Amino acid sequence: MSKKFWETLPQGSVVLEAGSSAKFKTGTWRSMRPKWIEENCIQCMFCWMYCPDMSVKVNAEGKREGFDYDYCKGCGICALECPGKKGNKAIVMEEEGK
Amino acid sequence: MGKIVAVTGNEACAYALKQINPDVCAAYPITPATDLMQRFSGYVSNGQVDTELVLVESEHSAMSACIGAAAAGGRVATATSSQGLALMWEMLYIAAGTRLPIVMPLVNRALSAPLNIHGDHSDGMGARDTGWIQIYSENAQEAYDNLVQSFRIAEHLEIRVPAMVCMDGFIVSHSIERVEYIDDADVKNFVGKFQAVHPLLDLEHPKSYGPLILTDLYHEYKRAQHEVMTKVPGVVLEVAAEFEKMTGRKYGLFEEYRLEDAEIAIVVMSSAAGTTKDIIDQYREKGVKVGLLKPRMFRPFPFTQIAEALKHVNAIAVLDRADSFGGYGPLFSEIAGAVMSMDHKPAMINKIFGLGGRDYLPEQAEQVINELIKISETGKVGAIKEYIGVRE
Ligand code: SF4
Ligand code: SF4
Repeated sequence: MSKKFWETLPQGSVVLEAGSSAKFKTGTWRSMRPKWIEENCIQCMFCWMYCPDMSVKVNAEGKREGFDYDYCKGCGICALECPGKKGNKAIVMEEEGK
Repeated sequence: MGKIVAVTGNEACAYALKQINPDVCAAYPITPATDLMQRFSGYVSNGQVDTELVLVESEHSAMSACIGAAAAGGRVATATSSQGLALMWEMLYIAAGTRLPIVMPLVNRALSAPLNIHGDHSDGMGARDTGWIQIYSENAQEAYDNLVQSFRIAEHLEIRVPAMVCMDGFIVSHSIERVEYIDDADVKNFVGKFQAVHPLLDLEHPKSYGPLILTDLYHEYKRAQHEVMTKVPGVVLEVAAEFEKMTGRKYGLFEEYRLEDAEIAIVVMSSAAGTTKDIIDQYREKGVKVGLLKPRMFRPFPFTQIAEALKHVNAIAVLDRADSFGGYGPLFSEIAGAVMSMDHKPAMINKIFGLGGRDYLPEQAEQVINELIKISETGKVGAIKEYIGVRE
């Protein structure tokens, strides 16, 4: 007898595949988009550390680059924490779709 | 051969846990369960068990730590009562939904307000819908035996469902009774080696517990959880049969006492069943055909089996040691559900008794049987739900 769909689900909703969250593009939730202003950036990496979604890209030299918009939810934490340079933020939040 | 001892229900359960030697226990003290874990922590301190005892700041944390330890792949136990169980509420659902075979003695106690530390079933009944197996014990021997069996039941690979083993606070937890202990080696052999399913500590196979499951799959997971509960009675009976082979002590989904030819019956759980049996014996001597049905497994509730056992009875009194305010007593509702499938429906009454540790006296059982005799003769039921043993 073939199993019903609900009988094939893993017991206790355990996800048996490692790294499966990569398939879940949380970027679709975003209503606000962080914008990086490179000239104000002091490379302190606060944004990288605070981002709950690993959406701050870092290059091979360990320098901060752009954002990974596939996963960035637009929470704005990076913009809030960014010290910027001489009072000018290196991250600002802009309305999505503008 | 085991040994015969004089111990309290708590002592017997602590001893069972010592013999089982779980990997992790996380617990927080609460009367009347405090004494159980306190005794067990003595075994931990004396190096008589290998258990990692996690002392936490609340019962919510106790159950959370148990969930973590069970997901990591360990055999896990805890114990609680009353407000402690109430504080665990959200974690109870998570343990069951995640299918973690945690075992927990629940020393039944009333819920606040007003504050009361004595025995009734309000705590257990409040957790009846959490997805845990619930087994109720009449005395210390049953509590000990049920606890040993519960590890096998909860951990059974076909089900993997957490289990509560209930006993009446103080009446059983703190009264000294004759208990027959099973030999350490036999308990160890009976319970067997713990088999982890999808342990987090299996680093070769990384996995995640507790994902977000929305409208596309949640309904299906609950359907699967419902299905697994239908398999529990079979497992409980299979484990009971093996237990009987080892100890000679017989357990079922419920106990029937002089029920076979009974015309009227009382349904009651836990310690009150003992008193009721004595009174039934007295009425039997007078020629009254009265019997008792004592549910052992309350979750899942064995509806069809109970309907079969009660099918020849004319009138039933269901005694609840908990109230569902604005509804019938929780046990009454289940028995009514069981009766629904019968062709010949017996008359039914519901008595709420013994709340907050109020003594259940022989006179109360007599009062109920007298009422059942009258109902059986006249076919007339007065009030369906009533409190008994109330000071008026
Ligand atoms: S907005 Fe939030 S999610 Fe997006 S990069 Fe900044 S901290 Fe990360
Ligand atoms: S927090 Fe601001 S200044 Fe610091 S690295 Fe990120 S963008 Fe640059």
